[in-house]
Parts: sequence; structure tokens; C-alpha cells
Amino acid sequence: MVETLKITDLHVAVEGKPILHGVNLTINRGETHALMGPNGSGKSTLGNAVMGHPSYEVTGGSIELNGENILAWDATQRSRAGIFMAFQRPMAIPGVKMAEFLRHATTNVRNPDRKEGEELIPMRQFRKELTEKMGQLRMDPEFARRYVNDGFSGGEMKRAEILQMAMLRPKFAILDETDSGLDVDAVKLASESIAEIGGDQMGILIITHHDKLLERNAPDFTHVMLGGKLVETGGVELAHELYTEGYDRIRAAYPEAAAAGEAMTEASAV
Amino acid sequence: MATDITQEPALGEINKYDFVTPTTAVFKAEKGINAEIVAQISEMKNEPGWMRDYRLEAFKIFESKPMPKWGGDIGLDFQDIYYYLKPTKEQGKTWDDVPQEIKDTFDKLGIPEAEKKYLAGVKAQFESEVVYGSLKEDLGNKGVIFTDTDTAVREHPKLLREYFGKIIPSSDNKFAALNSAVWSGGSFIYVPPGVKIDFPLQAYFRINAEQMGQFERTLIIVDEGAEVHYVEGCTAPMYTTESLHSAVVEVIVKKNGRCRYTTIQNWANNIYNLVTKRAMAYENALMEWVDGNLGSHLTMKYPAVYMMEPGARGEILSIAFSSSGQHQDAGAKVVHCAPNTKSRIISKSISKNGGRSSYRGLCKVEDGATGCKSNVVCDALILDSDSRSDTYPYIEVEEQDVQIEHEASVSRIGEEQLFYLMSRGLTEAEASSMIVSGFIEPLIKELPMEYAIEMNRLIELQMEGSVG
Repeated sequence: MVETLKITDLHVAVEGKPILHGVNLTINRGETHALMGPNGSGKSTLGNAVMGHPSYEVTGGSIELNGENILAWDATQRSRAGIFMAFQRPMAIPGVKMAEFLRHATTNVRNPDRKEGEELIPMRQFRKELTEKMGQLRMDPEFARRYVNDGFSGGEMKRAEILQMAMLRPKFAILDETDSGLDVDAVKLASESIAEIGGDQMGILIITHHDKLLERNAPDFTHVMLGGKLVETGGVELAHELYTEGYDRIRAAYPEAAAAGEAMTEASAV
Repeated sequence: MATDITQEPALGEINKYDFVTPTTAVFKAEKGINAEIVAQISEMKNEPGWMRDYRLEAFKIFESKPMPKWGGDIGLDFQDIYYYLKPTKEQGKTWDDVPQEIKDTFDKLGIPEAEKKYLAGVKAQFESEVVYGSLKEDLGNKGVIFTDTDTAVREHPKLLREYFGKIIPSSDNKFAALNSAVWSGGSFIYVPPGVKIDFPLQAYFRINAEQMGQFERTLIIVDEGAEVHYVEGCTAPMYTTESLHSAVVEVIVKKNGRCRYTTIQNWANNIYNLVTKRAMAYENALMEWVDGNLGSHLTMKYPAVYMMEPGARGEILSIAFSSSGQHQDAGAKVVHCAPNTKSRIISKSISKNGGRSSYRGLCKVEDGATGCKSNVVCDALILDSDSRSDTYPYIEVEEQDVQIEHEASVSRIGEEQLFYLMSRGLTEAEASSMIVSGFIEPLIKELPMEYAIEMNRLIELQMEGSVG
């Protein structure tokens, strides 16, 4: 049976303010979906809601993983069940080394029933795997000894997120603008890495403004979000269109969503 | 674990050293304090007249001094405390001579392991006296003296008397006076000119008698160009009655000398930990205090460095962790008495479950002390809305040509940080614990390996059950 992440009529509010107004999206493991849309349309909100961020209140609808409603699960449970999000702006954790953090994370995700204080993956095994993955991402070995996202450049942060995905091998991954802040070479490398670890192993949702990341990760579906709703779904050609033409056609076609989107953007600007 | 705890339930999480070893006290002074008891302590120790007089004089000062009006509430009944307890008839000469029950206590603290691996000399204070001490031969051959302070009074009277009470006179504060009157044990270290001790000298202290005070007295003299790193670890079992720990530590670092004094204290929740620590650093000398405070009901401790001559440096790294029913009023003092002296203070505090941490610090530059630099950074981490953190920086500068920096930050464990770690499979407790250990990492990496491991374990224990 194909594993599925199914989002049904999802309504999400942040600090009491509605952002998503009924999102429907089904991702099968092995598929690549692109999610595009103007700034402030609710793309990151969707990602955070799926990952279980406590500030994103689900006010209606459901998120199901293989038929099971996961709304009551916290981020820990969701992560251990195979959901991953590469963040647009990952948090710095000063004083905590990447390697130590990743060893805990990797152990927990691979062994979801692990209790606190139980054994971690053996150091040698972990080191070997980490070094290998870092090599593939052309990361300096010194990186493992740096503090998590502390003083990282934009590119380093994004690469670190990809590294985490490679180590955690999730079933479903949301990549939130993983291409922003990367130069052309880095985007290429990131695409290759995603394609390499992704392939048919993951269901991927790529949130992006560009089509570069999609070059080597050709989406099976492209969705457009506007004013907290998915207004249109197409194939890879839709992604190219949006990248080159912008969102004018979409706004014109869906004036109600466009108006809602503008209201949201203004409200957040105040 | 003690079961008759009537205070907050959070007491139950205090620490892993909740055990009491039955001891055979040979002599226990009466409860309470008066001139007669002070004289009796001196007599029990067969001390010379000058020390007895010193104690009696200090006792008068103690009586005349008011309680400090700042810091925390000191709810102590001085008449409800034992001031002297001598656990064994004689000081153990070798490990074999150390009584089994004391060895058992040390086993629980992991000391014999440390001894085997690292230590040249363990100076362990058990209750009021040092019961075991061994010192590597070559240290002795180099002229290093490392003994308990009682022994030093007998065997090195001239040297001791030259410095004893000179850095911290009895009149300094009420608790320094009390310590001067009833002190027992502590370490006496002398490092001769040019001698560099390249491994840490260690001591373990432990309070193990109900209502018993602990008044160790430590004096370290680092002669010109000499170096030493002294480490003390303090752990205590839990009791339900008030208990007082009030130490005095005096350090002299002469020209070009270096001294690092590292303390990790993890007191039971009922202990008043009121300690006076002060060092004087002379020309181009370096004094470093590394101070970790966990547990206790109230800790008031502000390690100080007086930079007496040009080029002297003082560095203080301090960390405080306070939980329910605990108040850590900790900090540092740096006093620039000479030109071109430098100081650095890094203070980190963590408060959780209604605990309170305060940073209280003084940076003073005296008139004429030109070209001084001082840098103070204090960061507080608050884990929940019941907890509290305060900063009281005092800056007194009587000189224009100085460079003084002070940075303070208070942060709560961010929801965003927690979410980030949890989205990678860590539980909320693991995530908090990781954020906290990262926060104190700058201090941990300054500790000797075994202390770093111990400190991390203590923090993990403190963090257990702290989130819901």
C-alpha cells in the first residue's frame, strides 16, 4: 500500500488570525509536489501546521498520515512518524554541536519508541554515516563541530537542513524555500542531494519561488496558494509559467482569494 | 531519599546524593555558639594561643555585625547549628586507614575512580576535618605544600600566619567573622616560585550530619611564576532542617603566577551557602575563578579578584542553576587597584520551577588605575513563567582612562527553539535539556573532563521532569 499524507479542508489560525481557509492536498510517498504562491499566502503556515508547531492552531479539517489523524500529535511524534520540514529560517541552538544534536535526532527518528536516556546510535557508526553524508553535500568535516545554526550563513543553514533530511530519511518532507539564499551552484547541489535521497523514497512538498530547485526534482504536481487556499493545481509547466510570468493571471482568475491574500498581507504588515 | 519532607514536592528532584552514611562522630560540640564553644574548638584541635585568640576576637566581631541587608533572606538560627564535629580519631595516612563507611561515601561520589585515574593527591573533607590525604612525592620534593588547614596551623605556622586572614579579615562581613571563629578543615596550598603543577589538585567536601555547619577555611599561596589549578566539588545529602555552609577562601597570586580555582557545588535544598572568596593578584599574575552553583536554599557567593599591581588579570566564570525553593544570589567582584589590569566576568544563570537567580557584581576601578579593561557578560535563561532572574551590576569608576563593557541578556527558552528540536524527534524534555547544556557550554568546556561529565549529569538530573 502506498503511504499517504492527506490534508483535508485544513483551517489554521495564528494568534487568532485565520491564515489557511480550507486546504486540500494529498501527497503519496514517492511523489514530488511544488507549492508556489505570492509571499504571505500561507505556504509556510501549511508546512508549520503539518509539522505541529504549537503556535499554528488548527481550527478545522484534518491531517492524516496513512489514514490516522495526527492533529493531536506533537512535533516529536510527527517527526518520529516520518514527517520532516526543512525550515526557511532554522533556529540557532548556541553551545550545541551539530553532531551531538544530529546523533540524538537520528537515534530518535530511527527508533521512534526510544525513551529518554536510552542508548544512542553507536558513535562510530554514526560518525561514519555523518561523514559520508557530509561528503556528498561537500561540507567541511569541521561543520559537525559547529554549534547548530549558530552564525551560519544562509547557504550553510540550508545545507545543514538538507543534511538533517539525509540523516533522518523521512517519509514525507516539506522543504520551505530551501533554495533561497543559495547561489546557483549551491541550489544545484541541493537539488542533486534531494533527488538522491528523495527519489521514490519520499513524498516531497517543495515550497519555492523559483524553478531551479525543481529542475532535478521535476514535480508531479504544482499547486498555487493564494489567500490561504490552493487555487490551482497543474504539472511542471505550471511551475515554469509562474516563475516566468508571475502571479497576475492567477490573481485575476481568483479575485476572491487574491483579495483575502491582500487583506492578510496588510494585516501582518501593521 | 528522605521521606519526611514537608516542603515543596520539587525537593524530591534535588539530587542524586540523597544518601546518608552513618558515621561515628568522636566528638560533637554542643549545639549553638558562644565564646566557650569557640575556645573549646580551639582546645580540641590543640591549637596555639594565637589561633585561639584569633577565633575569640572573630567571634566578638561576628556578634557585633548585623546580618547582610541585601541578597536573600537568611532565616538562620545560629543557636540551632553544630559548629564542630570530628569524625575520626586521626587523619588517615593511607587509603587503607580510611574508615569503610567514609570510603563508601566516597564510592558513591566516585572519588576512588578519580583518584586512580587523575589525582596525585585527594584532599577530601569529610564533615569537619580532612580524613584522608595523599600527596604525590614529587610535589613534596618540589616544595609544594598541600595539606588541610588544621595541619598547616601546626606544621607551617610561620607561612600560614603570614597570610591567614590577610585577604579576608574577620571584620569583612558577618559570615567571614563566623568562619574565622569556628573554622575547621579546608585546604592549605603553597606553591614555591616557578613550580608549575600541571594537573588539578582536588578536594571533595560533603556535609553529612544533620544541623551541622561546615566552615572550611582555604588558603592558597602561589608564589612568583608558579601555577596551580585547584578543584573542589561539593555534594550534600538532603535534610529537612536548616543547615549552614560558610567557607572562607583566600588566594594570593604573586608576580607572574597563575591560579585557577574551580568549584562545583551541588547542595541539598535546605543549605544556606554563604561563602566569601577573594584573591589578590600581583604583577602580571592571573587569577581565575570557575564557579558552578547548584542546589541550596540560598547561595550568596561573589568570588573576587583584587588586581593589586600592573598587568594583573582576573577572570571569573560563574554559573547558577536554581529550581523550586532555591535562590542563587551569585556573581563576581573585580577591583582594579593598579594600571593596565584586565578583568573578565562571564555569568550564566538558569532558573526553573519557580527558582530565583540573581547576578550581583561589582566592577571597581580605583583612582590612578589607568588603562584598565573590564568586560562583563551576564546571560540569564528562564525556563518558565514562575521563575525569576535579576541583575544587579555595580560599577564604581574613579578613573577616566578605562574601558568597561557590560552586557546583560535575559531569555526564555524559546518556543521556536523547542519546536525546532522537537521537529527532529527530540522530546520536549530532551530539547530543553539540550538548550540548557548549550547555554552553559562555555563554562563546561573550562572544566576538567570528569567535572564536565559530572556537571552535565547534574544538569540533566535537574532538568528531569521540568517540563510537562
